[in-house]
Amino acid sequence: MVLNNIEDLLEKYENGETTLKEEQQLKHYFSQETVAPHLEMYKPMFTYFLGNQQEQFTKDLPLKTKRTFNYKWISVAAVVVLMLGFYLKEPIVTSYEEYAYGTFNKPEKALDEVTKSLAMISSHFNKGTSTVNYLNEVKKGTATLGYLNEIENTTSIIFKN
Amino acid sequence: MTQVEFLNIVMPFKDKVFRLAKRLLVSTEEAEDATQEVLLKLWNNKKKMQEYKNVEAFSMTMTKNFCFDKLKSKQAQNLKIVHSNYEDGNTSLQKQVELNDSVDWVSKIIEELPEQQKVIIQLRDIEEYDFDEIAKMLDMNNTAVRVNLSRARKTIREKLTNTHNYGIK
Repeated sequence: MVLNNIEDLLEKYENGETTLKEEQQLKHYFSQETVAPHLEMYKPMFTYFLGNQQEQFTKDLPLKTKRTFNYKWISVAAVVVLMLGFYLKEPIVTSYEEYAYGTFNKPEKALDEVTKSLAMISSHFNKGTSTVNYLNEVKKGTATLGYLNEIENTTSIIFKN
Repeated sequence: MTQVEFLNIVMPFKDKVFRLAKRLLVSTEEAEDATQEVLLKLWNNKKKMQEYKNVEAFSMTMTKNFCFDKLKSKQAQNLKIVHSNYEDGNTSLQKQVELNDSVDWVSKIIEELPEQQKVIIQLRDIEEYDFDEIAKMLDMNNTAVRVNLSRARKTIREKLTNTHNYGIK
C-alpha cells in the first residue's frame, strides 16, 4: 500500500471524515508487522481497537418467564361449575315414556291402583300391630301384682302399733 | 416471544452492549452486571420490543444511559469503581507483556477522555457503527458526533506520540 495514501487517510481519520471502509484499510495496515517508523505511534491504537472487538460477554442471562396468573380463568371456571350444577339438578329426561312413568291416563285405573296400594299398606300395618299384642300380657301381669299392696298395708298397720 | 426468539435477537449485539458498558464503567464485573440489567430490561419489556425499529440501537442507548446513571450515583456516593480485572493467562505471558505495554496505554488514554468522547470512540472505532446510527443512539446530530470523534482521536494520537517519544526527544 502506498504510504502517501495512508498518511492522507490518517489526516482524514483525525478529522473524523473517513468512511468505515477507509478505517478498515487503516486498521488493516496497522495490523501488519512492520509499519513506517514515523507512524509507529498509531500502531497500538489500532491494535487496541481490533483487540477490543474480540471481547465477549460470557455471563449467562437468567431469563425468567414470568408466570402471571390470569384471573380471567377463575371466572370462566366459576361459570362452568355453575352451568354444570344447573344441568345436573334437572332430571335428565330422555323420552316421554320415562317422563310419564307412574302416571295413569284413566282416573278409574288410578283409583284402582290407589286402593290396592292402600290395602297393602293397611294389611302390613295390621301385621305390625299384631306383633305388639304381647304387651297386653305384661299389663295383665302388673295387675295381678296389685295384691302386694295389700301386704304392704297390713305390715304398716302392724308396725304402727 | 419465546426465550429462543429473544436470544436470537439479542445475541448479535450483547457483546457490543457489554463492551460499551465496560468502556464506561471500566470494571468487568460492573459491566457484566450492567449488561445483564439492560438485557433483562429488554426481556421484561419484550412485548414492546416488536415496536422498536432498531432494537440494537435502542439497547445501545439504553446501555449508555444506564451506565451514565450508574456513574452519577457512584460519584454522588463519593465512591470510585474499583476495578480489578484479573485476567487468566489465556494468552501467553510473553505476548501479554508485549501488548500490555503499548496497548494498555491506549486504554488508559481513552479512560481519561470525557464520557461523551469515550462512547463515540467505542461506537465508531471499535464497534464500527455508521455516523447516522451513532447520532441516533446518542441523540446528537451528525456533525457533533464527527467533531467529538475528531477531538477524541486527536487527543489519543497526541498522548500516544508523547509516550512514544518519551525519553527520545
